Amino acid sequence: MKKFLIPLFLFFGLVIFLAVGLQRDPREIPSPLIDQAAPDFSLPTLTGDAPFSPTRMQGQVWMLNVWATWCVACREEHPVLVAFANKYHVPIVGLSYKEIQPQEAESKLPPEQKLQLARERSVVWLKRHGDPYVNSVMDLDGRVGIQYGVYGVPETYVIDKEGVIRFKHVGAVTPALLANTLLPMIEKLNSL
Amino acid sequence: MKRFLFVCALLWVCAWAQAQTAREAAPLAQDPQVEARLVNLSQELRCLVCQNESLASSQAELADDLRREVRDLIQQGKSDQEIKDFLVARYGDFVLYRPKVKPLTWVLWFGPFLLVLVALVMLGRYIRQRRAQEVVELSEAQRQQAQALLKG
Repeated sequence: MKKFLIPLFLFFGLVIFLAVGLQRDPREIPSPLIDQAAPDFSLPTLTGDAPFSPTRMQGQVWMLNVWATWCVACREEHPVLVAFANKYHVPIVGLSYKEIQPQEAESKLPPEQKLQLARERSVVWLKRHGDPYVNSVMDLDGRVGIQYGVYGVPETYVIDKEGVIRFKHVGAVTPALLANTLLPMIEKLNSL
Repeated sequence: MKRFLFVCALLWVCAWAQAQTAREAAPLAQDPQVEARLVNLSQELRCLVCQNESLASSQAELADDLRREVRDLIQQGKSDQEIKDFLVARYGDFVLYRPKVKPLTWVLWFGPFLLVLVALVMLGRYIRQRRAQEVVELSEAQRQQAQALLKG
């Protein structure tokens, strides 16, 4: 082989390496919670009946969708979820994440009033944009979010019959992601 | 006199305002020992929203929440390692500025040394090659020829 070609090959190697690096999204951090038991919690619901806990979903494959009315990407994602919920019978639980932001004056309200306000806002929003959730829970201080490793809203988790997290997606769910990844995965998990 | 009173009132308002802000900041400095450990620890932890900032310096909301979480864990008497494990279990090795040495992070830890080693080997080979080159002696006729060429 001609020796002068070696730097050229090294250069192409570097270009490929960097090109692959550029294609990857640095915001996508692999979650260590995949294939781990979904953290348990007990949170007040949107409607105000008994607190919701993930153990209630035991025995079915379900999705946990983290959202908030202030989240812009959720507005983009929501119609996709509504269409999905209407077409398939996969239960989606909504987790309203820090509905009242700390920079708002209302964040100084007592917890009861904060919860009330967050519920009102969420109900109005869900009425306008559609409600794909079988149940909605309120995570006002974001603590359950931390348990699930939430770092950007919206986030979506697929949890299996045994309560194990099988998949996590950060950012808006797209129809392509639902059709190509989530649906086949859910079908497979359901058949187990 | 009126002016003096006005200045007094102004000073009082300022002092009062300061006292107000001081009161709001109180929970942060409740226990200096906890705060010192929090600062120490959060310099080792990465903020997940603004990824080039440590948890100590980040203004992001999630960083606030995580600092609160770390503070609570310190108050519960957890060790630094236990707190790091808590965060790694939820956010992955990515939250650590100094990830653990394990097969997955070997490239990260030893890659630079490997590159230096490769560079040194290549440099050594290059130097040896140059030394091996013989010095070509010119004959008297060749020297004259070269000089004639240089003069043009």
